[in-house]
Parts: sequence; C-alpha cells; structure tokens
Amino acid sequence: MAPLIPEIISPEYNYLVALIVGLGFGFALEQAGFSSTRKLVGLFYGYDFTVLKVFFTAGVTAMIGVVMLSHLEMLNTEIIFVNPTFLPSAITGGIIMGAGFIIGGFCPGTSAAAAAIGKLDGWAFIGGATIGIFAFGEVFPLLEDFYLAGNQGPLLFYEVLGIERITFALILTAVAIFAFVATGMIEDKVNKKPVHILSGNWKKKTIAAAIPLAVVLLIMFTPSRKEFTMEKLEARAAAGECKPDLIDADKLAFELMNNYYHYNVIDVRSPEEYEEFHIATAINIPLDDLHSTAYRELLNQRIQTNVFYGASPAQAKKACLIARYHGNTTSLALDVTAENFRNTFYGEINIPENPTKSEQTVALFRRRAAEKMKEIEANLASREKPVQKKVIRVQGGCS
Amino acid sequence: MDRKNKFMNPYLAGILLGFVLLATIYITGRGLGASGAMKSVAVTSVKAAAPEHYESTAYYQDYAADHPDGPMKSWLVFEMLGVLIGAFLSGALSGRLGLKLEKGPGVTNTTRIIGAIIGGMLFGFGSQLGRGCTSGSALSGMAVMSFGGIITMLAIFGGAYALAWFFRKLWITR
Repeated sequence: MAPLIPEIISPEYNYLVALIVGLGFGFALEQAGFSSTRKLVGLFYGYDFTVLKVFFTAGVTAMIGVVMLSHLEMLNTEIIFVNPTFLPSAITGGIIMGAGFIIGGFCPGTSAAAAAIGKLDGWAFIGGATIGIFAFGEVFPLLEDFYLAGNQGPLLFYEVLGIERITFALILTAVAIFAFVATGMIEDKVNKKPVHILSGNWKKKTIAAAIPLAVVLLIMFTPSRKEFTMEKLEARAAAGECKPDLIDADKLAFELMNNYYHYNVIDVRSPEEYEEFHIATAINIPLDDLHSTAYRELLNQRIQTNVFYGASPAQAKKACLIARYHGNTTSLALDVTAENFRNTFYGEINIPENPTKSEQTVALFRRRAAEKMKEIEANLASREKPVQKKVIRVQGGCS
Repeated sequence: MDRKNKFMNPYLAGILLGFVLLATIYITGRGLGASGAMKSVAVTSVKAAAPEHYESTAYYQDYAADHPDGPMKSWLVFEMLGVLIGAFLSGALSGRLGLKLEKGPGVTNTTRIIGAIIGGMLFGFGSQLGRGCTSGSALSGMAVMSFGGIITMLAIFGGAYALAWFFRKLWITR
C-alpha cells in the first residue's frame, strides 16, 4: 500500500522522484499559462480566471484521486503528510502572501516557471522571495510565539465540519463546478464579450461536470475494499465455509507452557480490558486497529502462529479472518472468551469427589498450567515488551 | 494567433497538474512545494556569507538539524530544479522562450521589477509564517483536505482580492 516511499521504493530514490515530479509540475504550470504574470493577476480583476480554473481543477482532481486510492486501500491516508493547522499564523501569513501576489504578480511556484522561460520579473520575484525568507529567519525570535500559537495538528477540514470525508469531497467538487460556471460568466462580462459558458457545446460541458461528481458518488455509495472483503468473509463464515481454525483453552495453555515462542497471542479487546487481565505472552491490538498497516508485518511472521482471543468467540473469529485476509493462513482463534480462559485456569479448580482419571488429569494440568503461565509472564515482563511497530507520518510541507 | 503559442485549456492543464500532485502523494506521501527551495537558497547564502551568525542563530540551526546533509540537499530543491527544467521544456515546445518582462499597461520596467521584488519579499515572508505557499500549503493542502492548508488558500486569495483595488494601476488601465 502506498505511499511507495520508504517501504516499497527506497528513500534514496526520493530526490530522483522529486526531480521527475518537479518536471511534471513545471511543465503543467507553464502550459497552463502560469508563467505569465498578467494571466495570474487576471483573476483579481476579473479579466482572466485561468488561475482559478487550473488551481481548482488540480486540487479537486488530486483530492478525488486521494479519496479513490484510499477507498481501494491503495493509499494509506493515515500516514501521508497533512499540513498542520496553526490558525493565527496561517491566516496572517496567507494575507501577507496575498499582498505579495497582487504586488509581485507571482507566487513562488509560478515565478520559477516564469524564470525558466526567461521572464526577468520571474527572476526578480525569486530574488525577492529569498530575501523575504531570510528576513523571516532574522526576525523569527520576535515572531516565534505567534508562529507557534494555536497548534491544532494535522487537522482535516471535514473533521472541523463534523461530516464524512466523502461528503466534503462532494461539496468541494460541487463548489468548484459552480465557481467555473460563475467565473466563466464574469470573465465574459468583464471582457465585454457575449456570455458563452451556458450556450453551445452544452452536452460536452455537462459531461465534463458530471464525471467528477459521478466518481465521488460512486465512492460514496460503494463499500470500500475493506468493507467489501469483510462482508464477503463474514457471509462465507456465516454460510459455514471458510471457518477460522479454532484452538481450545487447554491446548493453548499446553502450547504456551512448552513452546510459547512459537505463538503470537493477540488480545483484540480494548486496552483497558487487556490491562485488567490477559493471557500470558499476549499483546494487545484492538479489533478496529487490526487492519492498520502498522501491524501487517507483525501478523505475518512465518515462525509464529497467531492466536486471537477477545471478549467473545465471534471477536476472535473476526480477527482471525482479518489476519487471513491480509495473507496469514495459519492464524487461530481461541474458542472461549478471555473471561472463560481466566476462570478455567485462575479460578478455583475443584477436583470432584471420586474423580475419573481424566477429570483428575485435567484439573492437575490446569493448576500446573496456571503456575507455569504466571511464571512465563513474569519472565517476559522483565524483558522488553514486544515492539509495537509504529508507522510514522511522512514529513513534508515547505520546510 | 499562432496556435503554437496558445496555452493549454485550463481544465486540461488542471487535470494534468492534479495527476502530477496525486502521483507525488502516491509515491512519496507528501505534496508539492515551492517556497521551501527558496528557503534552502536563503539558508545556504547565510551559511556562506555569515558563518558565525549562522552558527549562533537557533532558526538556522533548527533547519540544519532537519537537513543533516546541508541545506541544499532537500527534497524541494530537487523538485524545483525539475520545475525549472519542466517549465523550460514547455516554453521551448510552445515557442515562449526569451528574455522578457511582462507588465501591466502604463507601468515602467523599473516599477515592474521593484514590484516583483517587493511582492516576492512579502510572499517569501508570508510563506514562512503560513508554513507554505500556494503550492505546498494551498494546493497540496486541498488535495489532502488539510484545514490549515485550505484556510491559508482562502487567506491568500482573499488578501489579494482585498488589495487588488489599491494596486490596480500596476495591472489594468482603469
């Protein structure tokens, strides 16, 4: 699952990738006419809305692409870079940039595109921007508090609005289309031409507007790949096929006593429940987190068999199915709950009067197992806890 | 008009740019940027011109800590080299190369150059305060639905619109 760097493509290639995507970026900017300063500021006087059209189309295209890739489980949106939100500095900095835009006629990316084709004002702008950045560095101590004020972290717009991601995508796409129509009308009026956006070629225009909306709606109304697979797995499990392999409590205890290092026992309950009681050697991965790429490697260790258990056998089975979906074929589900397991071994183990031989053996085994498991747990506690692999968010932005 | 010199359809160019950005996110997990490369140049200049000042200023030292191989060894520097090459190729293909100065009607060359430098200074300063410019914060922020990124975008365009009337003589005759 993407991003491809660093897990699939080595970070050493990152600079090469930067050069190549930069090439595409520069090419697109220049082709769009962003090397022309009068075209850029046209937006602010109404005679040329190219900037808005290109910018909004690019943003919406990339946004829909991100949502689409995430829907298909091809891109992990939890680790891609999201610009952190610091409202005071974002707004003030933005307004200063706006002033720079209207006075200088460029923004940094477009000034580079202009400079590349020989525009002297592009070079002047780059020089000015470098001086401006230097100036910021020099006065930074004075601005530091303001710069760091109001940190909200990598906040997402739809979280602020309290709506679903896909709903926000739909709204933004609709706003973009509306803006294209409205600015098309303004542009023609300012240039004293007959308004042509709503006349002629209406079929093509409708199709162009409908495609992005249709894609968003498609994402909205189809289950994600994860939901789809889980539904399928559950349906098959319910139909009696594809049963996860079960392990019973005594067998698990026996295996832990003799070769616990062959087992990767995973508690899929909440961390609180895990803290309260857990089976010896178990680690905690709540069921909802099990899909996370962070645990992919942990779940697919060749020498260890996963054993899942939860607050109900159904939970354990579900976890087992998730692991199977992600490529692990040997996973087992404990056929009793965590609570049952606790009672079986750590509760009172009574030997009935006149026990049969097997009853006696079981009871004795359980007592011994309880002691041994405590011992193992105590030994393990003094070692380091199993490393919970954490996938780190990519660093990006303009620093 | 010579067809060769025409700009691409803006929506088509937008889709192209959108796919470049999407590919960047897909491959690297980060978005595009521009002002960061100019920061590398600024920091490099300080390092060369005033090494003592560079060593004693926390701001540059923080930057050096983030860029252990030197300020120029940064993702955005390589990306911006690509931008220069890509834009040059595009200009060459469409016959737009040449030393030129573009300005509004009724503006002298000197005014235009001074305007570009002052505008650049403001933009450079603002991009540092706002943690990214139109590319790194606004465009890339929109693609990943960053709240801060979209707010910065609105502030940039809102600010420019609010000030457009005062600077109209730089661009239009009215």
